Amino acid sequence: MIKASLSMFRENVNMSVTNVLHNKLRSFLTILGIIIGVAAVIAMITTVSGVTGEITSQFSALGADKFNVTVTGTRLKGGLTTQEVELLSGLDNISAVSLSVSSTVAAKNGSEWSEKVNMEGRNTVYFQKNEELIERGRPLTILDEEQKTRVCLISSDLQKKLFYGEDAVGQMLYLGGHSFTVVGILSTSTRDVMAQALGMGPNEKVIVPYTTAMRLNNTAYIRSLEVFVEDISRMEETIDSFEQELKAVFNGHDDTYSVINMASLMDTLDTITGMMSTMLAGIAGISLLVGGIGIMNMMLVSVTERTTEIGLRKALGAEPGQIQLQFLIEAFILSLMGGVLGAVTGVLLSMLLSSLINTTFVINWGAIALGVSFSAVVGLVFGWAPARKASRLNPIDALRAA
Amino acid sequence: MGNEYFSMTDIVKTYHVGDEDQMVLKHVNLTLEEGEFLSILGPSGSGKSTMMNIIGCLDSPTSGDYVLRGRHVGRLDQHELAQIRCHEIGFIFQQFQLLPRLDAIRNVELPLIYAGMGKKERMRRAEEMLHRVGLSDRMHHYPNQLSGGQQQRVAIARALAANPTLLLADEPTGALDQATGKQVMELFHELNEEGRTVIMITHDLGIARHARRVVNILDGVLSEGVSAYD
Repeated sequence: MIKASLSMFRENVNMSVTNVLHNKLRSFLTILGIIIGVAAVIAMITTVSGVTGEITSQFSALGADKFNVTVTGTRLKGGLTTQEVELLSGLDNISAVSLSVSSTVAAKNGSEWSEKVNMEGRNTVYFQKNEELIERGRPLTILDEEQKTRVCLISSDLQKKLFYGEDAVGQMLYLGGHSFTVVGILSTSTRDVMAQALGMGPNEKVIVPYTTAMRLNNTAYIRSLEVFVEDISRMEETIDSFEQELKAVFNGHDDTYSVINMASLMDTLDTITGMMSTMLAGIAGISLLVGGIGIMNMMLVSVTERTTEIGLRKALGAEPGQIQLQFLIEAFILSLMGGVLGAVTGVLLSMLLSSLINTTFVINWGAIALGVSFSAVVGLVFGWAPARKASRLNPIDALRAA
Repeated sequence: MGNEYFSMTDIVKTYHVGDEDQMVLKHVNLTLEEGEFLSILGPSGSGKSTMMNIIGCLDSPTSGDYVLRGRHVGRLDQHELAQIRCHEIGFIFQQFQLLPRLDAIRNVELPLIYAGMGKKERMRRAEEMLHRVGLSDRMHHYPNQLSGGQQQRVAIARALAANPTLLLADEPTGALDQATGKQVMELFHELNEEGRTVIMITHDLGIARHARRVVNILDGVLSEGVSAYD
């Protein structure tokens, strides 16, 4: 019995393929809607996920393993002390804390001077985490930090201005009236080039040990931290406990600081792109729906055209269920063909798109599976009604229609 | 011989045409024995096609009792009717009704698919049937490559394929010239002599006379013999 129905099934598939291929042009036009729908689904999902991947990797290059803390403090306590920062650094899952003390000073070398130079007080972590920071010379060391030495690294723009472009390493420089030794030149970053292109003027910047900067500014407080974590997956809880500690430091005032987390930014990004994919897939889904209606139309026409054939088959002993199965299989094969052709088109299309917008192309099997299986389902759903109609034809009426 | 093949008792078939009921078969009684060769003779519109549909279990009577080989057809469901059409009855139509996209052998194979036979067995059986009707050299021709007589012989091979007990032919020579028609009739005779029950529906007295028994139908009333034509 099973063997018989299997053989019947195979015959049905054969007959369906014969019928579909017999009406090549009509079959093609019918499944065009499905082809376009599936191609659109695959191209959209592949492209969006490619772009998302690109953006995500760029974002994580910016630092998915860290969060930034800006402290505004209270009127009495304007930031964190060095001891407090050390305390916070000792929390679980925190690998390092890079901090910055910013101010503006006047810089002078001989008769050349610059009135407003950005002075950043940094610690050694900053140099460890940004390896391409230095073009020439040496980074700041623990010794510099501890002894509040008067050394600095200057940007190449500043070198150009104060030292006529000559090598400044080892030279003396006056910052806010104090003499400093230049120990390194900062490399020009992409951001500097961009800022200059945007007409924001030269990047005049010096980096000094943060302890030195605090003494120079006459402040005991640090207001900006970059906190690096060990285990990214525990980012949320690390931030939570960090905030708890900060709150305690500020006697329960939680409006004295803000925490910005790259991971939560990326979450937001994910949500946005997810919504975008869903929307695009929805639009493509409508196209599949329209394609399904096309299939239903062709199947109804086919049932009408083949009324005699249906009658004959019934006279030869076909049961209604077998007739229904035959037409259902035909609709299924038709839409599956559409799905496969659509998948091929979609992959080619997304290859083209990815080369146009310059993202790396990865075949998205999930999208292909989604498109093809959805099209097959469309065939079954929209083929069902015509198949049922065929199965219910009265054999005499069917034969008489000839 | 002597066993009852089917019996029809007081069969009435009424069609609704517009508001009117039109009685196409008027209290028909007919009994057929196994192995008979019967012609049902009548002009068009006499109700003979309706007779064929009821005999072939393609249609059910409005009232009356139709017993086919001991089974009350009126009480059978769709599945059982399909089984009867599949295993008991071989249909032959005036317009052959071959599927144009299938070659001869695959047309003959068709009822065997519904009988649930395996592929090899089907091909063997279909070949045998085509050989039986003298078309061994035309197995892979498509219907439009065959003459009318050849097409009808393919149709007969198809009707025979599932080894039915009854051959039911509706105007089998209607679309054929005389010589070809005669060949087809000879084939019917042979099949009947092999022990198969044959019923032929026709409006042609000359063709009807090939059968051993002729019943006449006129305006839905059935009568034994060909009196109306004499």
